[in-house]
Amino acid sequence: MRGYNMDLLNLIAAKANYWTYIILMMVGFYALIAKNNLVKKIVGMTIFQTAVLLFYVSMSTKKGGTIPILHHGETTSLDPGHVSALVNVADYVNPLPHVLMLTAIVVGVATLGVALSLAIKVYKTYGTLEEDEINLQLRNG
Amino acid sequence: MLNTFPAIIIVVPLLAALLIAGISFIDRRACFPIGVAALLISFAGAVAMLVNVVSTGVAMEYRFGGWAGPMGIVYVIDHLSALVLVVITGIALVNLVSSRQTIIDELKEKDGAFVALYLLFTAGLVGMTATGDAFNLYVLLEITSLSGYALIGLGSERAPLASLKYLFLGTIGATFYLVGVGYLYIATGSLNMVDLATIIPGLMDSGVILFAFIFCMTGLFVKMAMFPVHGWLPGAYSEASSPAAGLIAPLTTKVMIYILIRICLSVFSVEYVFANLDVGQIMVWLAIATIVFGSVSALAQTNYRRMLTYIIIAEVGYMVGGFFLGNKMGMSGAMLHIVNDAVMTLCLFMVAGIVVNRMKTDDRDGFKGLFRSMPFTMAGFVLAALSIIGVPPTCGFFSKWYLILGGVAAGNYWFVAALIFSSLVNAVLFFRLFEIAYFEPFGDDHHGESPGAGAVGIKEAPMIMLLPFLAVSFLLIVLGVYSGRIVTNIIYFAIPGGII
Repeated sequence: MRGYNMDLLNLIAAKANYWTYIILMMVGFYALIAKNNLVKKIVGMTIFQTAVLLFYVSMSTKKGGTIPILHHGETTSLDPGHVSALVNVADYVNPLPHVLMLTAIVVGVATLGVALSLAIKVYKTYGTLEEDEINLQLRNG
Repeated sequence: MLNTFPAIIIVVPLLAALLIAGISFIDRRACFPIGVAALLISFAGAVAMLVNVVSTGVAMEYRFGGWAGPMGIVYVIDHLSALVLVVITGIALVNLVSSRQTIIDELKEKDGAFVALYLLFTAGLVGMTATGDAFNLYVLLEITSLSGYALIGLGSERAPLASLKYLFLGTIGATFYLVGVGYLYIATGSLNMVDLATIIPGLMDSGVILFAFIFCMTGLFVKMAMFPVHGWLPGAYSEASSPAAGLIAPLTTKVMIYILIRICLSVFSVEYVFANLDVGQIMVWLAIATIVFGSVSALAQTNYRRMLTYIIIAEVGYMVGGFFLGNKMGMSGAMLHIVNDAVMTLCLFMVAGIVVNRMKTDDRDGFKGLFRSMPFTMAGFVLAALSIIGVPPTCGFFSKWYLILGGVAAGNYWFVAALIFSSLVNAVLFFRLFEIAYFEPFGDDHHGESPGAGAVGIKEAPMIMLLPFLAVSFLLIVLGVYSGRIVTNIIYFAIPGGII
């Protein structure tokens, strides 16, 4: 039956993880583009980046999959007790996206740090974090 | 020994950056020599690899931790990446040596931090060029960008705001690229570029691959400042301190274009980009818009460095347009222009550094009477300007010639027209500066001042700035004379066989 009655609800339910990531990403994108306060923009930027973490992690999951750690005797190997033998890949979630996102989290934290320190310098120069007020000061010299 | 060079050229500046960050608390005078030494090692390594790749004709590969691709991270040095590596490390080295005085003058007690960031930035660019892994590219892109934001933020009083705006847009760009890589991984299960290139031909009609392509391209366009998303570039580059601008302005956009070429040719393949999607025409139109917009905006500027930033935007259009013409001439022109434009932009920003250092302004009027007081600097400046206008025998002429031939071969005369229009605008811009620098005290100034009054007491730049600058401006002619050899010995090997 699958594929025949793919109405909108099914489409949303079947790809719920992707919808969540897109909505989160757009929330962050909106804040990044439309907000006037620099710190709110930075918050939006963080949401924007975090949405991508969710996207990567959600694509690694499998139905009934468990954490990719091999215990002795728990493998579906022909020779229990030796993990070097056959491993059923479908039993485990894909660990690679998690590892990638570990790096992306570090990148996100570093970006946040640089952004906040720049915002502090902006505040020290102009005495405000509102972009329109800063632009007004710049225009008036 | 030679097969570890792909790792050495990135590891040395990376470790030196950490070392300098520590040493700057103990003895700040030690920072600068360590930085120069690290870049010297990198540059020597890059040159050795270029010589090796050209003489053997085989790409070099370095496997991190001994893991072969597609499982491990591999660095691949082929003809094009070796050439770009030489450009990156060479420009970083020359600019650092020549900025010794400006670093002390403009950055004062922050010189240690500056040199550390400078090396981090270079290490990031080198890694981006060498890596053969799509996700590794993202990480190095962010290393480059983050140190770039900090370098720009160290500039004038307005710099932190400009840098923050750059950070917002840059993060959008990098995140889009990351999403694109995610889609690629969903569809192919691989991150290795060589592996991706073997899997993607079987998935040509997949919508996931299409969106991966769109996201990667959008991200890179933001990072290289193509026309609709260029807004961050003029502010960020003109507010940066002159040693930082001399590093970031010549290299960032050029390396991004290299990445664009790499992604299109080595990951998505020529058939996908030019035959299956057939995006060439649209991209060339986008490039034409970028060229025209950049040139027209440059005309409106009275500040020298701001004018240069708009010229950089126009040059981005040259290279992207040339590449997406999709023929051998256009692609050769784009690749040659990566080298030439990097050297020309370096030259022009070195002039900015010298003028700011001597005249304490980067306004156009700061050039008044400079032909009299700084004849050598102005001689180099004339060479750089002629090169960016495209006058033979400087290198700017030859890459522009290839681009125009490519445009004619593709039948895209609007692109040719845009190139010629941009050259004419550049001629107007720079001859206006020559006029100010040569005639101004005689001509427009009727207040009874003596000739050269705008520059009374201004002496020629110090030797440490002047010599590297003159060497680079001389290099413009050398590159021009040998551009045929560069194209036949290096660039033709980088163009895939299906392209004629």
